[in-house]
Amino acid sequence: MINKIINLGDSALYCDFGQEVSREINSKVIKYFNSIRKSNIEGVTNLTPSYNKLIISFNLSITNSKKIKKEIETLNIDYENKIINKQIQIPICCENSFSPDIKRLEKKLNLKKEQILENFFNTKYFCYMTGFIAGMPFLGDLEENMRADRLETPRVKVPKGSIGLTEQFANIYTFESPGGWNIIGNTPLNVFDSSNEIEPNLINPGDTVIFKEITYNEYKKYHE
Amino acid sequence: MSNSYFELIRSGINTTYQDKGRNNLYHIGIPYSGAMDNRNFLLANKLVNNNLNSPVIEFAYQGPHLKFTGDKISIAITGDVIFKIIKKNSENIGNCYESYQIENGDEIDIISTNKTIYGYLAVGAQIDIQPQWKSYSINTKASIGSNNGKKLENGHIIELLKLNSNKDKKKIEYINSKVENIRVIKGTNFNYFSDEGKKNFFEKKFIVSKLSDRMGMRLQGNRIDNIVNTNIKSEGLIKGVIQVPPDGNPIIMLSDHGTIGGYPKIGVVASVDYDRLVQITPGSNVKFKEIELSDAETLFKLYEMDTNNLLNQI
Repeated sequence: MINKIINLGDSALYCDFGQEVSREINSKVIKYFNSIRKSNIEGVTNLTPSYNKLIISFNLSITNSKKIKKEIETLNIDYENKIINKQIQIPICCENSFSPDIKRLEKKLNLKKEQILENFFNTKYFCYMTGFIAGMPFLGDLEENMRADRLETPRVKVPKGSIGLTEQFANIYTFESPGGWNIIGNTPLNVFDSSNEIEPNLINPGDTVIFKEITYNEYKKYHE
Repeated sequence: MSNSYFELIRSGINTTYQDKGRNNLYHIGIPYSGAMDNRNFLLANKLVNNNLNSPVIEFAYQGPHLKFTGDKISIAITGDVIFKIIKKNSENIGNCYESYQIENGDEIDIISTNKTIYGYLAVGAQIDIQPQWKSYSINTKASIGSNNGKKLENGHIIELLKLNSNKDKKKIEYINSKVENIRVIKGTNFNYFSDEGKKNFFEKKFIVSKLSDRMGMRLQGNRIDNIVNTNIKSEGLIKGVIQVPPDGNPIIMLSDHGTIGGYPKIGVVASVDYDRLVQITPGSNVKFKEIELSDAETLFKLYEMDTNNLLNQI
């Protein structure tokens, strides 16, 4: 159930599912997201699921907060419906030029590079949400000893394919963008494909992701 | 093919094709985009007899200088824009909100916007460009939309497929009202800020920073202190959300914004003021005024009625 529904400005509703980040809460968010999408409520123009919130945007010319709230409160949510998810393997190269923040992490986490990478590659990740930039997956959860803050000053440009870590999460920069996560590697895969309008994202909420380390030579082969 | 086209002798600073934008893609990280100033976008299309959602050419500050080749066509420019129409034997300053007939060899030089940011050029024709996710709008940050998601460069050719048959002269009297007061509904994290910060937010002036673009408008002024937590668990953003990062300077999300953010939301700009907000130039003052949801809804209805009245006068 949604803990509370409040308005966010005059053209969106903010559905709060709780404070903590957990797969249980996130799967409720995704179930609501799927049910609302299927119900085609008049005037809804966008849905943004995240860890524990769901924002419903609507066209104020044809509807309003009150009407949408009523629709959501009376909507039948299909709790039984299992979320269809995939397991995806993402190749990562952690060669020095691809991991500019490894030194910072060694200091912050008090771990050696080898241990950081071992922990990183031994974790199975869950995709909580996608966004910020198109197709960027927010993956969790890193163990307690792997959690570091964002960079004090975000980079103006993070290269496409970069893998970043912050707090309990990992993400992938789907194209060059500003960003403040700790970069430890790069994938040669196209994680977002704008030419595929039906399924542009390689990774979707609910999917499981595992990372596989590759050498620089293997990395180069992907681009040939 | 109509064999008619415009060539951009000079592209201008940030010239893109825009329409109403694209829906239902926030969940994969794609914002609405679309014309920043929706009213001026609609008026431009109506003045040249286009469908109201046809793509137009949006420019910021300095616009393009275009040379036309082909059959007679009508064009219109909206916003607060200084431009010249150059014909074989004459050169005249044009008026916004008035359509002009352009003939083979004529040039349109869009010199600049006047104390505003965005202006619109509509051409009475179907432009030969491809939509992406049902919209022609260019999002240069994500490389999405027509023209491969890139802004228009010098030498760009605007190929025209079919010219509108009705090229009658059209005109309305309209002046863009400039505002300094922007109405805002309290945000979901309003109580994260100190009493003084909340007071400053609604009482003090902020200055629009130069670091503003189609993604966001950065403001500078009295620091808004956060007393709860400078970060929240990342969650969705919408157009008009005002986030306050740890440095205490608000950022307003605009049409090409990132879809997820982790800074507390102090407020959301009321939809009624969005078209006017985006036109406020760097260095100008902005002041926020608190408004209740029901008033924001009523004012938006009135604003929309006003837009429709203007459209009906054309």
